Amino acid sequence: MGKYILKRVGYMILTLFIIATATFFLMKLMPGSPYANQAKMTTEQINIMNHQYGLDKPTFQQYLIYLGGLLHGDLGTSFQFNNQPVSYLIASRIGPSMQIGLQAIILGTLLGILLGAIAAIRKNSWVDTVATFFAIIGRSIPNFVFAVLLQFFLAFKLHLFPIALWEGFTSSILPTIALAMAPLATTARFMRTEMVDVLNSDYIELARAKGNTPWQTVAKHALRNSLIPVVTIIGPMAVDLMVGSMVVENIFSIPGIGDQFVKSITTNDYSTIMGLTMLYSTMLVVVILIVDILYGLIDPRIRLSGSEGSQS
Amino acid sequence: MSEQADKLELTPDSFKRVGANDTDAQEKISAPSLTFFQDAIRRLKQNKAAIISFWLLAIIILISIVSIWWTPSDPNAQHVAYANLPPKIGNGIPGFTGQANVGGQLVDKYAQANVPKGTYYILGTDYLGRDLFSRLMKGIALSLLIGMLATLFDLMIGVPYGIISGWRGGHTDTIMQRIIEIISSIPNLVVVILMLLLFTPGLGSIVVAMGITGWITMARLIRAETLTLKTQEYVLAARTIGESPFKIATKHLIPNLSSTIIIQTMFSIPTAIFFEAFLSFIGIGIPAPNASLGTLLSDGQKTFRFLPYQMWYPAAAISIIMIAFNLLADGLRDAFDPKTNN
Amino acid sequence: MEKILDVKNLQINFATFAGQVQAIRDVSFHLNKGETLAIVGESGSGKSVTVRSIMGLLANNAHIVGGEIDFKDQDILSMTDRQIENLRGNDISMIFQDPMTSLDPTMPIGKQVAEPLLIHGQMNKAAAMARAEEVLELVGITNAKNRMKDYPHQFSGGQRQRVVIAMAIVNYPEILIADEPTTALDVTIQAQIIDLMKDLQRKIDTSIIFITHDLGVVAGIADRVAVMYAGKIVEYGTVDEIFYDPKHPYTWGLLNSMPTLDTHSEKLYAIPGTPPNLLDPPDGDAFAPRNPYALAIDHEAMPPFFKVTNTHYAATWLLHPDAPSIEPPAAIQQRQQLYRDLIASGQIGTFPQKETDKNVSN
Repeated sequence: MGKYILKRVGYMILTLFIIATATFFLMKLMPGSPYANQAKMTTEQINIMNHQYGLDKPTFQQYLIYLGGLLHGDLGTSFQFNNQPVSYLIASRIGPSMQIGLQAIILGTLLGILLGAIAAIRKNSWVDTVATFFAIIGRSIPNFVFAVLLQFFLAFKLHLFPIALWEGFTSSILPTIALAMAPLATTARFMRTEMVDVLNSDYIELARAKGNTPWQTVAKHALRNSLIPVVTIIGPMAVDLMVGSMVVENIFSIPGIGDQFVKSITTNDYSTIMGLTMLYSTMLVVVILIVDILYGLIDPRIRLSGSEGSQS
Repeated sequence: MSEQADKLELTPDSFKRVGANDTDAQEKISAPSLTFFQDAIRRLKQNKAAIISFWLLAIIILISIVSIWWTPSDPNAQHVAYANLPPKIGNGIPGFTGQANVGGQLVDKYAQANVPKGTYYILGTDYLGRDLFSRLMKGIALSLLIGMLATLFDLMIGVPYGIISGWRGGHTDTIMQRIIEIISSIPNLVVVILMLLLFTPGLGSIVVAMGITGWITMARLIRAETLTLKTQEYVLAARTIGESPFKIATKHLIPNLSSTIIIQTMFSIPTAIFFEAFLSFIGIGIPAPNASLGTLLSDGQKTFRFLPYQMWYPAAAISIIMIAFNLLADGLRDAFDPKTNN
Repeated sequence: MEKILDVKNLQINFATFAGQVQAIRDVSFHLNKGETLAIVGESGSGKSVTVRSIMGLLANNAHIVGGEIDFKDQDILSMTDRQIENLRGNDISMIFQDPMTSLDPTMPIGKQVAEPLLIHGQMNKAAAMARAEEVLELVGITNAKNRMKDYPHQFSGGQRQRVVIAMAIVNYPEILIADEPTTALDVTIQAQIIDLMKDLQRKIDTSIIFITHDLGVVAGIADRVAVMYAGKIVEYGTVDEIFYDPKHPYTWGLLNSMPTLDTHSEKLYAIPGTPPNLLDPPDGDAFAPRNPYALAIDHEAMPPFFKVTNTHYAATWLLHPDAPSIEPPAAIQQRQQLYRDLIASGQIGTFPQKETDKNVSN
């Protein structure tokens, strides 16, 4: 297991290196000026600025400086947002994003597991139909549509929640719900499929033959066996959340990194885009690594044999 | 247990030895045999949701095709005087009266804007006075086109990649899988956004940007399927008698992979439609003045609180299209792979 | 002998898209205390459905049309779910066919073996684990103490089947149902498992219903045999009677298609044709269409059971007094001759009841 983790971390660093390189050179190819008010600046001023930010150096040297900076968390300087360091910009905005993201993933997976499990147990009943309906709605209606609808009806019409802005927990409720729809749908659907499979397996019949009641069978045998694979979809769900956060934060005016990313795109703030790209990639790669390790820890077949994919 | 059955009328003839029936006749299979596809289609037909979705999509696609040549009015023509008119049909039917609630009072917007009698906009107009119905038709067509092109891209890269990786195995497979692993750990959103920043926004760049990351899932599924097929007896047999890899691929692999391909295609179209909508929503999608579902939603959202109809209809359209594609895809998957969900 | 289980006129249908499949058509049999009853038949003959109905573990689309299953004079079919759950894994246990899939992959085997004890509340956890370890030792898991915390994938197929058997006997059930327990195993392991089951039967004094399609296995373990075809029992008797003096042409076919050391012919016999479609079972003997010895009446009317001896009954019109006498196949005649010799020489009774090596085959 230790060797496996080490190998995975190695790949992770390689991946991040490739991403950093690719982003850097892509950014160099970008059209447009890095400065917000270049039109008002003289050539001399631009030269001074270029010198100050190291933009007059050869591209390859800039690349090395950039990589060196990455190693100790320096993501460069935003030329658009008051010349703040990108890392500072991110640090000041990551809190709300994390809060909403975590709330959404917890709400989404818990409800999804519950819904999926009940749907599988009561297969083809009305509960199943309702769960399937939610799963379809959850993955069919884009979360920004959902966010706007929530905002319109619950906040604007019924005044149950604040319409936008970031003022404590109540203002996180609607964005959380909007973001939770996708993980909820994904988990419910996945859980249902897994659980239906497990419930059809021989060991479940054997568990019943031992005298377990249907609910005991589910609690002792079916649930754990269907939950283990659910861990694997946390990665894709994290991606959904990142995508979702950009629009949802924008719609609800939440000062998070998703909102920042959208703003940076519209203002051609390349160093921030680069920094956030690295941040998103790192988060995703780390989440996938953690999920893989977690999977190894909770599935005895992988845990003990020390390799992936032994027999089921 | 009874030892004797006396109720029966037995005659000496009853005990004449006649032997077995024609056993050859019994070996014949009485039900007509169905090919795999016929069987899948039969199962699909039992799935009402999938069938309704299929017809719904057929109608939507038909409307999209019509929109290439005809829309009620020019979708990009601006009549600033007629801006933000609510939906109206004929002389006004419930829900489409052409009236709006202004400060608690119903006001006939059409009269206010001096729209000539007989002119009306089914879904109203936007802030530039463009006919929303025409824009919605065009928008749906463009979104579907993007969805289909992006999926075509998936097919063209993903299917050969998956087949080669799975079929060759060994080092080739390891290297190809490593590449997939690295690409897939870059959030595809980031790739798409970077691509769109680099190229001029438009249909082509959106499709290419989505295609660059979208094929991964297809390649993975096809590889997994190819690995299983590779060990099937009939494929082994074909290899043993020395059929060329290309012939094996076209004769044995593609037909058996087709269900996976069809199902995955049905899932990637809505994903691409969603992605386009998302990109347009954050402002880097289809450039103005062209309409796509994403740009319509994005425009609608800006005034949603006061003129909700401008977002209502595109939102409903994208939701219906997504739901229909997803339901049809689910139905196809269940039909082709009955063990997953019966 | 004391009847511990009495199945009377059991009828079970399955609802399918094509219609009602009559899977079990009027099946009756009983199980005496301490004996082993083998139910033999090809796939789809209804063996597994029959025993699953005893456990109350039928699929959702199955429904019991009629009959009774009396366990100690109590009808299982009219019990509440709660009552059946009390029987399962306690009074009646079951061993499943495939040891590779019948163990929970995520639970240590010690816990799985102890589970029936804890469900039925006979003992606390520590005592249950101690008993589980004892039983694992009993079924031949070496070093059971250290293997209690191991997971199923760490065991071989044969070992896993031992674990499955341990789970079934941990509560010393009165009836042990074994549904093709050796089918998924290697031949050598098969013989070990059969020996283990015989041994356990003596040690824990249980009655066994043994389901198999393999007559060779039956000879090794059973006291009595019931032969099933197309959802009905067609013949039943002691193991000697079925092996040496079979009366039903289907049993003849089964015995003929089994290789023995005496089989000299180049080709193994196969019964021609296929079993009938139970959506619409034939009026007469279901085997008649494949039966070269069929009489006209076999195609028209269902034969009742004719008594051969007190323990031996067969449902074939050939046993009717008016039926013409028919020469069974040569191999069967040889068997019957051997049987008559054994009776004549007084060896029946002292003759080892369970013939083993000769017929053990896969």
